[in-house]
Parts: sequence; C-alpha cells; structure tokens
Amino acid sequence: MLRREFIVLASATLASLSMGLTGCGKQNVAASYPVLPTDVCTKSPTFCEMCFWKCSGWVHSKNGKPWKVTGNEQDQHCLGRLCTRGSGGLGAYEDNDRLKTPMIRITNSDGSQGFREASWDEALNYIAEKLATVKGEYGAESLALFSHGYGATHWKTFTKAFGSQNITAPSYAQCRGPRTEAFKATFGQGVGSPECTDMENSQCIVLIGSHIGENLHNTQVQELGTALKNGCELIVVDPRQSVAATKAEHWLPIKPSTDIALLLSWIHVLLEENIFNQDFVTEHCTGLEELKKECASYTPEWAYPITSIQPDVIRKTARTMAKNAPATLVHPGRHVTWYGDDTQRSRCIAILNALLGSWGSKGGLYLPQKAKVPKYPLPAFSKPKWTWKDLENNKYQLASAAVASQVRDVTADPSLDPEHPIKAWFVYGSNLMMSLPEQKKTIQAIQNLDLLVAVDIMPAEICGWADVILPECTYLERYDDIRVSPGRKRQIAVRAPAFEPRFDSKPSSWIVKQLAQKCGLDAWFPWANQEEYLSKRLEPLGISLKELEAAGVMEVGQQQPLYFADGAPPTFKTASGKVELVSSLFSHAGFDAVPRYTRHPEPPQGYARLLMGRSPMHTFSRTTNNPHLCQLKDENELWMHPDLAMLWGVTHGQRIALENQDGEQSRYRIPVKVTQRIRPDCVYMVHGFGHSEKKMTRAFGKGIAENELMTTIHIDPIMGGTGRRGNFVVPSALTRTEAAHQQEVGHA
Amino acid sequence: MRKRYGMVIDTRVCISCGNCVMGCKAENVVPEGLHRVWVVEEESGVFPHARLESRSERCNHCEDPPCVSSCPTGASFIFEGSNITLVNPDECTGCKSCVASCPYDARYIEPGGYIGKCTFCVHKLGSGEQPSCASVCPTDCIQFGDFNDPNSQVSRSVRTERTKVLHEAAGTNPNIYYIY
Repeated sequence: MLRREFIVLASATLASLSMGLTGCGKQNVAASYPVLPTDVCTKSPTFCEMCFWKCSGWVHSKNGKPWKVTGNEQDQHCLGRLCTRGSGGLGAYEDNDRLKTPMIRITNSDGSQGFREASWDEALNYIAEKLATVKGEYGAESLALFSHGYGATHWKTFTKAFGSQNITAPSYAQCRGPRTEAFKATFGQGVGSPECTDMENSQCIVLIGSHIGENLHNTQVQELGTALKNGCELIVVDPRQSVAATKAEHWLPIKPSTDIALLLSWIHVLLEENIFNQDFVTEHCTGLEELKKECASYTPEWAYPITSIQPDVIRKTARTMAKNAPATLVHPGRHVTWYGDDTQRSRCIAILNALLGSWGSKGGLYLPQKAKVPKYPLPAFSKPKWTWKDLENNKYQLASAAVASQVRDVTADPSLDPEHPIKAWFVYGSNLMMSLPEQKKTIQAIQNLDLLVAVDIMPAEICGWADVILPECTYLERYDDIRVSPGRKRQIAVRAPAFEPRFDSKPSSWIVKQLAQKCGLDAWFPWANQEEYLSKRLEPLGISLKELEAAGVMEVGQQQPLYFADGAPPTFKTASGKVELVSSLFSHAGFDAVPRYTRHPEPPQGYARLLMGRSPMHTFSRTTNNPHLCQLKDENELWMHPDLAMLWGVTHGQRIALENQDGEQSRYRIPVKVTQRIRPDCVYMVHGFGHSEKKMTRAFGKGIAENELMTTIHIDPIMGGTGRRGNFVVPSALTRTEAAHQQEVGHA
Repeated sequence: MRKRYGMVIDTRVCISCGNCVMGCKAENVVPEGLHRVWVVEEESGVFPHARLESRSERCNHCEDPPCVSSCPTGASFIFEGSNITLVNPDECTGCKSCVASCPYDARYIEPGGYIGKCTFCVHKLGSGEQPSCASVCPTDCIQFGDFNDPNSQVSRSVRTERTKVLHEAAGTNPNIYYIY
C-alpha cells in the first residue's frame, strides 16, 4: 500500500500525494509535512527590502498566515533564489519590537525627556506646524532628507515640493560614491546598482577588498558561483582571507591602505610587457602615452616593500588578467570609502578595466539596459534658492550626489556655512547613528535642529533622537513604487502588500499624502492611493497593475546588445567622448589626472588597524534584531591573527572592549576570533552590531559597533567620501566592570 | 526501483551564507533556536596559506541508519521505497536514543517533546521540486538526486569529482557527499 503511495510520490503532484498519506500509523509521512492538502496556500508579489538588491519574490501564506518568501524565477535580480536575508524577510513583519504608533517627544515635569504615543493626525500636525516655522525663519531649503530604501519616493517628492533639494543618503559618501565618480571620469558612466558586472561569463575576476559572498549581493554571488564552476581564475586582494579569497587561485594579503601601489604596478606591468588590449585601447581610449610615462616607475619591485606583495606574484597575476582579457573583470566593489583617496583607487580599477578592454565586453562589464517608465505627471517643483551643491562654496565639486556627512557637518557647525542653514531633518529608513561616522558630530547636529522626524520600522537609534517618530509598515504590508533598475534585461517589478499593516503602522504613500495635505502641498500628491499612482505610471506601457502583480516582473521595451562585439554603439559621455585613461575632468578640477600612491598613517606601536565588512545574514544595522536572522548570527566577532592575540594577551572566545587612537572606547564588548585568515597588523569585524537601543531586545548590547571607534576620518577631496579605515585599536582597559556590563546588557 | 536520495555538496563554492538554514527553517516552520541544517566552517593551515572548508550539513539519510535501529518504539522509520528517515511524532517518546546514536548530531527535540530532523523536504519531492536548502542556495552548491539512478547529477558528480563523506568510520553508509 505505502510502497504504491511512494511511487505516486515520485511522479504526482503534492496534493494527490499527501492525500493518501495522512494519519497512516507508523509510516505517518504527513507528520513531516509543513503543508497538507487541506491547507489553503496563496502567494503575492513583492520585491525584497531586506537590502538594496531588491529581488523580486513571492510571499506565501498558509491558511491566511504568513509562511515564507521565495524568489521569482523570472527576475534578473535573483534568478528564483533569494538570499539569507530575503528568506528571513518575514522576521521584519513578525518582529514585536517594531515601532507601533507615532510618537512625539515631550518634556516631563521633572525636566527629563521622553516620548508619548500620538495619533497620526497629532503627529503630522506637529510636523506641519514646525515645518512652517522653520520655513518662515530659515527658508524651505533648510529642510534636508536622509533616505535609504524604496519607500523614499514620496518623501523625496515632498521635500522638493516643500522647496528643498537637499536630499541625501549615506549610500553615496559613506559607501559607493568614489567608484561612481571614478567610472564616470573614465567611461562617462557609473557601474550602477545592481552593477553591470558580467561575472557569469568572466574567465578572470579580480576583487580588491570586495568580499562577495560575505556581502550577499544576490546575483553577483550566484554569478561568482557559476564563474568558479566554469574554471574562472579568481584573484583576491584583501588583508583578510575573505570567503572569496578562500576560493581564489591567488590570495594577495596586502598591507592595508596600499592598494593603489599594487594597482599602479599592475598597470605598469600591462603597459611594460605590452600585454594590454591594444585593439580596445587604440579604438576607444585617450591618454595612453601619458599613462605610460606616469606609470613607468611603478615596477613590481617598487610596489613590493609598500604592499608586501612579491614582485613575481604581481607580474604573474597581471599576466593572468591579460591572458583572459577582455573576459577579465576587475571588480569595482561597492563599499569603497576607506582611506580618503578612494576615488583615485577606483580610478586605477577603471583604468585596468580599460586596458584589459573589459568595458562593453563579455565577461567584463556589460552595457546595462533599463526600462523606460515615465514618471507620474506632477506640477514642476519651484527652484530652490540654494541646494546641497552650494554648501561650503561647492566644496566637493565632483560629487554628483549630496554628501550626507557634509549636510550633517554644516548642521552641527553652522559657522562652516552661515548662508545655508539646515534646521530640519527627515530621516527615512537610515539609522544615521550607525551609518554616519563621527557619532558625536551627528549628536551635535541634532542639538541644532528645530525638527527631526524619523520614519522607520524599527526603533533604530536615530529614533531616540527624533522629535517625532513615524512608524512605517514593512515592505510585506505595502505597495511601493515600481522597481526600475539596470540589468541585462529591461525589467520592471512590483511590490504589493501580502498582509495588513500590524499595529498602527502605515505605508509612506499614505503618510506623505496626509502630511502634504496639512502643508498645502496637495498638488504633488493628486492620486487617491498607491494603486492609483502605480496604475497611472504603468498606463503608457500598456500594462495593468493586475497583470504586473500576477507576474511580479515584466519585460518592457526592446532588448539592446550588451556588448560592443554584438553591435552596441561605443559611446562614452566623457569630455573627449573617449575612455579617458588620463582624466581631463580631474585635471581641470585640480586633481591628479593619473592616480598616485600616497602613504597613509600606520598603526601606533601595539595598535592594530580596524577593518570592517559585512555578514551575509545581515544588512547594515537594519536586520540584527530580526527574530529569524538573529538566530543565525546575533553578535559580531573580532578577527585577529594568533600573533596579535599573543601580543594583546587575549584568547579565542574572550570578550574584550576596544579603545581607539583617539581614546574612544567601545560601548560593549566583542568575542575574539583567533584565526590564521588575517594579517597580524589589522583586526576585522562586521558592521551592524552593538546596538544601544534597549527597545531592540534581541540586538541590544550584542557586539561592537565599529562606528564608535572610527573617529578619525580621511575625507576624499574629490567627492567628500568619508574614509574610515585609518583608525587603530587596542583592547581597552575595560573601564566597565563585568558586573556593570552584565547589569546593563543582561547577558554574558 | 528503490530510491536512494542524497546530496552532493560542493564545498568549493559554498560561501557559508546560511541560506540553506534559513530556507529550511522557513519552509518547514522550524521553531526558534532550532535547525535541521547547519553550516560548518573548518579552518586549517597557517597564514598566508590558510584554508577554509565551508560545509552545509544535515541528516545523511544513511543506508544503515542507527537512529532507526536504536528507536525503541519504532517512531523512527525509513520511508518505504526510499532511504529517507522520518519520525512519527505520535509514537516518539523523546527518549533520545536516536540522538545518541546519530554520528552527525542531526536530530533535536521539538518543543512538542518529539524528535525533529531533516526530511529532505519529502513533501516537495512529489512535484519534482528540490529540498528547500538546495533550491535557495545562491551558489547552487547543493545537488540533490537519486544515487540509484546512474544518470542523475549526483551519481555523475560522485563519479567525476573528488568527494568525501563525513564520519565514514561510523559505518552508516551516508548519502551526503562533499566535493572538496
């Protein structure tokens, strides 16, 4: 009987299979089933908001209750597979530590401050009144918006309608800004997000400090897997043996802060040995002779004492790149604000890709496609009297986006730019206390504000500093704007609510529209609701919202070739119209047209350089309280070489506090991971831990926030990036006793 | 013909991201703090020649499963026509004999007092789907299939790649192979 049932199992559908198996004694297979034929399973489309990759997926419910989230097979962002965070996405919805109602800051009778629960009407009235005062006193331009995430669309519209274009995000000057400007200076365009890296076809991939795999950029990780299976040669430059480095043909454990010397030396070898891609360079590039002259002295023997990478290894790896070109990708990386000369390091990477002919080539960088979806027709925005561009006399002239840290700095110290006051902040989904360096400056800036509004899902640290906290519902409970992002295909995707919002949380589309009404800005929010907004945007494409919701993702428009070899037109939006090996943009602005190596400060005696990175289970500090993901990783650890552990007198598993060169101490402690996979002159931890907000009950007090120890910042003069890797740590004298720590944190 | 389900897991592309754990927990609604799949990171060697092996581990659905022979009530059983070891919660007393006998430490006690373990997502196999850990893995390093079918991907991989099993000396004839 059961044998026959099992044969059914191998060929029939689930429903017909499990029907015959329920409750049959010893071989009660159904007891192992999470779903039974009687269960009603439904699914709805979303694109993930657990990170910035925005993978399209399906939210599955079982008998009306949330079950799981899976990837959409048709989506080029995920190819049917979500990542760890996406699979744990339901945790964002289920987390009972979520913000539940609007809150307004109050002063208690004893002079202390606190929050009181407020209705939406009260909270939004409060904001509208304050905004009117700020506008009257300082002008509409004194409002700044810090944002991260797809729900920010309407907040951006509100800010512009209000009369300010001071819209910023830490994802530029604290993350990928340098590479954007470097690739624009070289090729006339950036690499975008998701990056136009053709890794699935690469025969050689070079990672400079990028730890793909630990940063779970979904399709990049999938493509790295494909490339490795196809025998791609991987070269990884990293002071730490990242997971990617453990898969590499060549791991180059470079001395931290010396990457530019290695990159220049690679350029030298390609030119000196005449193994660069002559066809590509002759046809598309300018500045070869000057580049040759500039790089003539950067021999591997010159680079060796700087980088600690042996000359023969430098030559061998350069030849490997050349041998596989143009299917060689020198990866542009993503979080690239390290030492303050990051745009020039990214320029070296861009130049290498040019010399290898990787741009526009299969296995290098493909030419990204993007669907054209007209904007919702809105009245024109009035022109503000000034914008972020004017701050401090256009201090970062080549910055193509507002520098979040600069907006913070001029708020903190109005004497930097008395003409351009910033007095109100909207902070949307961006925990500035963790994402901006120099926390004390952020706190100083907040003291100078007349209004700070935090829109968030979790009680992130920034909320504790706000005047008004607005609880947004999660991505699983709302519509958002259409996903239009670059890729190999011209795809669009939709996010629809799978569940009703929990507590008194609301989608931003609703919140902003209400606020706009109270501020007299209705004209920019003419739609009744987000469905109507989406339908109107889809109308010119001839697609209904219903159709898009049924498919999750759709292709829109004519597919164009991805490579020059397939007929893509070689256009470069640089001043010369060519790929600029020597940057005219940089030389006109007074910067080096060809990158140069500068020596960076070394750790003082006994100190180690503090490096940071990502965990594949978490995104920034946003997910560390997620009830599912914290089961996989609930604390970061401090990587160190056994020699350093011996020098510091610490052992594997010991929890230590840290102190940096400026005497700043970590708030909490971190367990030591003694490992052979890192140089002895640096230590490493992942970002996102060390939360100090007690309302995040799972994440509170666990691990160290590296941000607290990054108080010396090296600013990139080209675009304002905040290089944070010039900070050095030692174990602190443990000023907090074990008992005091236990008392505050409540766990060992 | 009897199915011999198993996996070939490529440690060379596993990145220890834990999505096999998360995907399994979501699919099978595994209670908080418990898991049926786990990832082992094994470091060896000395800087700068250190090595890392990343392995996704779970029940090996052995050919000679001691968890079944050691079960005093018969709650632990081999699903007929296959090698998939399952547990009938109605007959399980939570005595942990099977936990003690398993060389892979693949079993745990559910909050209901009975044994929980990997099922190879037996509920998905009928419709030709992969177990969740395999279907969510971003580097596609988990191959699942029937070792009794010589043309299956897993059979081919074991023939052509350098593979190993864990705790071979325990003599349970496991069905999870690792490419290394």
